[in-house]
Amino acid sequence: MDVELFLNQVFNGIGNGVGYAAVALAIVIVFRTTGLFNFAQGEMAMLSTFVTWQLSESMPIGLALVVGAALSFVGGALVERTLIRPMEAKGNPLGTVIITIGLFISMNALIQLIWPPSKAQSNPFSMPKPFPNRGTVEIFGAHLSWFTIWFVIILLIECALLYLLLQKTKLGLSLRAVASNQESSKLVGIDVGKMLMIGWGLAAAIGAVAGVLLASRTNQFDVSMMQFILAYAFAAAALGGFDSPLGAVVAGFIVGVAEALAITYIDAVDGIPIVVPLLLIFFVLLFRPEGMFGRKVVERV
Amino acid sequence: MSATETPSTAPAPEAAIPTSRTTSGPDLAKIVIGVVIMAAAAAFPFVVDDTATVRMVSLGLIMAIGAMGLNVLTGYTGQISIGHAAFYGIGAYITANLMIEQKLTFLATLPFSVLICAVAGALVGLPALRVKGPALALVTLGLAILVPTLLHKFGSSGGVALWKPKRSHLNSPVDALTNTQWKYLVPLAALVIVYVLTRNIVHSRAGRALIAVRDQEVAATTAGINVAATKITAFAISAAYCGLAGSLSVLVRGQADASSALAYFQMSIYFLVAVVVGGTATIAGPILGGLLVQILDEKAPDWSGNKVGMAPFILGTALVVIAYFLPGGILGGYRQLKAKLTRSP
Repeated sequence: MDVELFLNQVFNGIGNGVGYAAVALAIVIVFRTTGLFNFAQGEMAMLSTFVTWQLSESMPIGLALVVGAALSFVGGALVERTLIRPMEAKGNPLGTVIITIGLFISMNALIQLIWPPSKAQSNPFSMPKPFPNRGTVEIFGAHLSWFTIWFVIILLIECALLYLLLQKTKLGLSLRAVASNQESSKLVGIDVGKMLMIGWGLAAAIGAVAGVLLASRTNQFDVSMMQFILAYAFAAAALGGFDSPLGAVVAGFIVGVAEALAITYIDAVDGIPIVVPLLLIFFVLLFRPEGMFGRKVVERV
Repeated sequence: MSATETPSTAPAPEAAIPTSRTTSGPDLAKIVIGVVIMAAAAAFPFVVDDTATVRMVSLGLIMAIGAMGLNVLTGYTGQISIGHAAFYGIGAYITANLMIEQKLTFLATLPFSVLICAVAGALVGLPALRVKGPALALVTLGLAILVPTLLHKFGSSGGVALWKPKRSHLNSPVDALTNTQWKYLVPLAALVIVYVLTRNIVHSRAGRALIAVRDQEVAATTAGINVAATKITAFAISAAYCGLAGSLSVLVRGQADASSALAYFQMSIYFLVAVVVGGTATIAGPILGGLLVQILDEKAPDWSGNKVGMAPFILGTALVVIAYFLPGGILGGYRQLKAKLTRSP
């Protein structure tokens, strides 16, 4: 076996996987707080990416990223408050799924209406690089790109901040309480609604950072960037366990590496890498719905 | 994690109530309206001369058939799917393939397409026994991407994912009808058959079993309903309808196309939009929804100066707005209004 090829593929996989991990993290945070799959998570991140790109035209990218993430936090919280919660209150479980699917389609279309793809020819959507990410590091003859290293570092920082927030602050305690049991949280005086909004906001902000970084990896990005990544991110969230942030991140890398290796070594998936995450979702949900790190949900009748 | 458990206290969507009320025998006004609508629908391609318009309505009828299929599953049985275009694709592929390779006539391919899609639907229904709610949506989303990807990879010749039967083979075999009229009347006939079938299913024991499974799975079990068999049946029926829609699309579009997985995903969502906008768990709602979706999808670019994204924006927003304000869709809303008006003195 060619070690260099193998390592290169692993590094490729990590490079893709960090993106899957970041989006999966957002999906998991929403699921933990509201028990919903936000099918629009990818497109919300896409919208954040375009907003950040617009901001970066008039300010440094670092600042634009912070402002973009902050706006996304507000946007995510607003979506929860105005669309998701009233729908939940009606007690129609299909309704909320339908709403996030509707958001998926309409947000993607909205982006195309505001930033028409035809305009990209004169002014291409090119995200400024938030960090010097040209070049690679050589490890055993294989190349690991600086972009991947930076992205992993940023993801780790995000995870550390999230950990501190959830485990070391009063707010985090409330967030965890709501994730664990909404009814009991209400009884002990936690403002559940606020926590749900914060959960959605956090997820939107994490998605925004992921979107901007993914966009900056290539010379040009377009509106379809997140659509396939969403499938991978859902695969990662399923594999890691839908209520486990740690699981989402670990599984994101696993999905990325598994995909890269499958493309290289399994002929059947040549040219159709998307099959890998889809089959993964399928088998995990079928045989181990709680994933690697998730809690098993016991159904009460 | 309250939402991962089955929402045992969730009330049924409001549209379910009027449906059960309509079982009390046909009344004259309804029959008259039905006959008038049928006559108008049948006369349409003879009155309207514009090929493009007839074709658009014809595609709307096909969309309606697919939406009626999804409605059996999502509306009546409560199992959400955002991947039913997969069966549409399989149906289209089978028809195109049988016409090209086996030299069958178009109509002769339909039984194969419907049967194979029903079996495929039943197979997809198997995981649905374990996977519920949003997770099921996720599995079906995978399906919508997987099927065209596999068709593209393993079913195409030389990397082209288009299968075109000879144009002459799709022409009208009846001398009295033009091609345009033929390509409209066949989908219309199929829609009528599907409508009658759906009506009979919904108003039968099997239909009440579907609704019981949607409203309260555990209670349905205790009432002696085989939940597993019911879900699988619903999947098979809905897949068969969508397969039929796919086959018919070959007649109108002249091809089966698997080149874009995203197009399949979008189509799956459009089925859902048609169901929700027209009226979840109503028999005729998806017909209305299907026609509306198809017309909007074709006309929105014209209205908005060819802006990319206008049609999906309107449809996506309509999905959110209707799900939010009018959970019974247009038809459900109309029935509610009618009930209110007739009840007040």
